[in-house]
Amino acid sequence: MTAGGGSVTAGLDARLVVRRGDFLLDVALTAAPGEVVALLGPNGAGKTTALRALAGLVALDEGHLRLDGAELAPLPAERRPVGVVFQDHLLFPHLSALDNVAFGPRCQGMPRRAARAEAGRWLERVGLAAHADARPRRLSGGQAQRVALARALAIRPRLLLLDEPLAALDARTRLETRAALRRHLDDFEAVTVLVTHDPLDAMVLADRLVVVEDGRVVQTGPPDLVARRPRTDYVARLVGLNLYRGAASGHLVRVDGAEATVTVTDELTGEVFVAFPPSAVTLHRERPVGTSARNVWRCRVAGIETHGDRIRADLTGELPMGAGLTAVAAAELRLAPGVEVWAAVKAEQTHAYPAG
Amino acid sequence: MRGGGPGSAVGPARSAARVPSALLVPAAAGLVFLLLPLAALLVRAPWAELPGQLGSPQVWQALRLSLLSATTATALCLVLGVPLAWVLARTDFPGRRLVRALVTVPLVLPPVVGGVALLLALGRDGLVGRLLDDWFGVTLPFTTAGVVVAEAFVAMPFLVISVEGTLRAADPRFEEAAATLGASRFTAFRRVTLPLIAPGVAAGAVLAWARALGEFGATITFAGSFPGRTQTMPLAVYLALQNDPAAAVALSLVLLAVSVAVLGAMRDRWTAGVGA
Repeated sequence: MTAGGGSVTAGLDARLVVRRGDFLLDVALTAAPGEVVALLGPNGAGKTTALRALAGLVALDEGHLRLDGAELAPLPAERRPVGVVFQDHLLFPHLSALDNVAFGPRCQGMPRRAARAEAGRWLERVGLAAHADARPRRLSGGQAQRVALARALAIRPRLLLLDEPLAALDARTRLETRAALRRHLDDFEAVTVLVTHDPLDAMVLADRLVVVEDGRVVQTGPPDLVARRPRTDYVARLVGLNLYRGAASGHLVRVDGAEATVTVTDELTGEVFVAFPPSAVTLHRERPVGTSARNVWRCRVAGIETHGDRIRADLTGELPMGAGLTAVAAAELRLAPGVEVWAAVKAEQTHAYPAG
Repeated sequence: MRGGGPGSAVGPARSAARVPSALLVPAAAGLVFLLLPLAALLVRAPWAELPGQLGSPQVWQALRLSLLSATTATALCLVLGVPLAWVLARTDFPGRRLVRALVTVPLVLPPVVGGVALLLALGRDGLVGRLLDDWFGVTLPFTTAGVVVAEAFVAMPFLVISVEGTLRAADPRFEEAAATLGASRFTAFRRVTLPLIAPGVAAGAVLAWARALGEFGATITFAGSFPGRTQTMPLAVYLALQNDPAAAVALSLVLLAVSVAVLGAMRDRWTAGVGA
């Protein structure tokens, strides 16, 4: 309603409501032209359903979907100016890379020769002109993904949707494709919505994150802000932070559901989040004395995992947390599940921010 | 291999030597049962008379009619049956399961009963046949077109079932991808789905063609047995058997040779198509 008054708002303005049995998706999304929005969330959160609703492959039960001021919800998928890059690329196996890319322009009524010339230019832009005649099964995963991108862009969409565009690729290809994709998205002048469960993809590719859990938006903001100030356990885990909610008064935060307080440098009152990275935690067998750390909690080791040359210990007790330490430190402390430890965190290493 | 333990030692032997006789004996009997009649046909064929028999115009007339009507019937099955299979596989409407069951009725219906049913529907006095006659002056029974109708009626379920199975196995998300690129459902079907299921359609067409080529009961009931017009090879074989058994054997050999040749050629073509 706020966008009303007859003025045409460029970009995406949607509220997507889809019911699937007990599952309810209710997600509001807005994006300006040129903006890349990442829908980030765990499996089953409804991200892909939201993407399919934007594409017209799933009908909205409620809500609206306006793109550059035009209502798209009543239109079938083939009438929407929306391009989709599917997770497993879904290139037509019986057509060459060139004919895959020419498919969209052909459907828009472009003559065959012109459509193929256009497709050739798109393949050139993604660096695959040499593979124009190749069938999809002859392409590597990264190449197929780039052809799929060219195919989606060739219809000149006003909204580009990417469904886990890098999930099917191996680690090395992923790195290269991610960088290339970032460049193409920078050149793309319309709205891009990206679905991913990989925080790194989201951070690198998106201008703004929309975190979806259980069909709802739980947090939205620029990647660096979301990474610094997570608002749910899911996001905190993704960005590798210990996160607590509690009541602040002055520099002291009483943590909800735990017998612990956290001393912080920020001065706040009311409901707040407190976050600190596992690397900020130091562990001791005896209660540390004479330490500058303001926060000391009595904990018990619940589990230990190795990540490269680092050890991650999961702690329960006064304040549950993950602690990161070196293998040497872990050996000196003789860490093992069940061992009682003292965990210390300096106030300067914590970050508190309002929860409201 | 020596260090591989008892399991690996048994492995290769299992495939060749150790077939349980409880399976081997019936398998061999089944093979003999299938091949013995064909062998008898070859052994007892009047090879000396064969050139004379094959020279008779009646044989070629019947063969030509058989190939023409079976091929036309297959084309009819494709034009009507592939869309029917798509609707059954890709859409959901009330009574879809019932329709699917009804499609298979001609499979289990005795062909002669099918012929009677066709007469009641499309005969000169039939439900629809009367209208065809009144409005267009078209009569189907006892014409070559009637042969095609009878064969298509019996053969189409084979094609529909086969194509529907292929469609269900094909990934419907390719059609979604086509839709996001601006293809209408028909364009998506024509340019994406159909090429993807082509091997299944070809298999269904061969099944339908073979069934149409051998069709006897519905054809003789609905179209009669007029040489040159409705007398296909199976009818010619059956009628020759009454008064000239040697001619019947000769006709049978021709039909056998043509079927094997056509099926062999089709098979090579698809396997080549799939491998390319």
